[in-house]
Amino acid sequence: MADEIKKLSSQLAQDPDSLVFLRLGELLRLKGQFDAAHRVAVTGLERHPHLADAHDLYARILADKHDYERAFDEWDMALRVAPTHVGALKGLAFLYFKIGDVEQAAAHLEAAQRAAPDDPGVAQALALARGGHAAPPAPPAPLAPVEESPAPSAQPLDEARVFAGLEGAEEGLLLLDASGRVLGGALKNSQGQDVTDAVAAYLAGVSQEAARTTKLLGLGKWTGVAAEGRLGHVHLTAPTGDALLLVVRDRAVPMGRLAIIAQRAAGAARRWLEAHG
Amino acid sequence: MTATAGYGQALDLITRVGGVRGAMLVSAEDGIVVAEQLMEGIKGAAVAALAASLSTRLRRAMEAAGVGASLFWHLQAEQGALLVVPTPNGILVVAVAEPDVNVGLVRLELLRAAEVVG
Repeated sequence: MADEIKKLSSQLAQDPDSLVFLRLGELLRLKGQFDAAHRVAVTGLERHPHLADAHDLYARILADKHDYERAFDEWDMALRVAPTHVGALKGLAFLYFKIGDVEQAAAHLEAAQRAAPDDPGVAQALALARGGHAAPPAPPAPLAPVEESPAPSAQPLDEARVFAGLEGAEEGLLLLDASGRVLGGALKNSQGQDVTDAVAAYLAGVSQEAARTTKLLGLGKWTGVAAEGRLGHVHLTAPTGDALLLVVRDRAVPMGRLAIIAQRAAGAARRWLEAHG
Repeated sequence: MTATAGYGQALDLITRVGGVRGAMLVSAEDGIVVAEQLMEGIKGAAVAALAASLSTRLRRAMEAAGVGASLFWHLQAEQGALLVVPTPNGILVVAVAEPDVNVGLVRLELLRAAEVVG
């Protein structure tokens, strides 16, 4: 763990905007280095205030430091950004247990179970709540380890497929050029139908319009578009000036998690475009 | 309450959030500004037209992808953001914000404003 902390600290120093702070903060927290974890989380939140996972991390650190009031606020904020964020729902359930409000705890755990039906921790805590036990569930662990798998750069690049090895490469990731031509990836809807071309057609020109909008507003370069739909979330980003990357996931995936997936995919897309450009 | 007063109330909800530089109600169909409370220097009409066009493209792409129409979208940039909630009656509730704005809070107020607008 110490080696990984050292490696992640170095990565973060080289790229302060990187999302590795999520994994670094969590590792420091698990190691009991709460002050260091606190600093990492606060700095990360300053750079990524919209990231639900960052609020979730900070809340877990605050809960470990027994600062429950602020932990509540942070989990509450995570839910405002991502209403089905399982980590935040579990965290709030934990706090409600602590103050003896079993009904609210169970309500939050039920919401967490709807969002992550296969999470055994949620099911166990819910069983405790429904059984009327006074003991609180364990403090929440992160929804999923961040950056646990090797970075895409460590993997051999597939000559033919831009997103080879990435989660959702064949159903939830799409790389387009400026005119909407599909360069890689594919999209399928919830019925399994291929919707790649239809989606690509509508996204032609989005990159240029986003750039014009931010220029007009004096906001500098656009870095992403995050959108919530009734059944899922999407994240758009421009891995290079002309290209457009789309990530689509269902609503169970928090927006912050989607941003992480998009960041990884954008890295893979940049390397692929450089190699094939 | 008149429609104009309702619009003003909706925009007040958004602009009172720290870090918000302005808010607009925009016709999603033609990109025309319906009401606005913008800081000086922001070209409301042009931003409204682009926001409406982006919103339309996003909605169509999201519907084609099977995730449904957008409930909220957020254009992130190095020095700020554009945040948008489309309403069922074809109005876009738009906020222009500083980079350090609390997005969760603005989102909440945009949704509340969308309810006021109807």
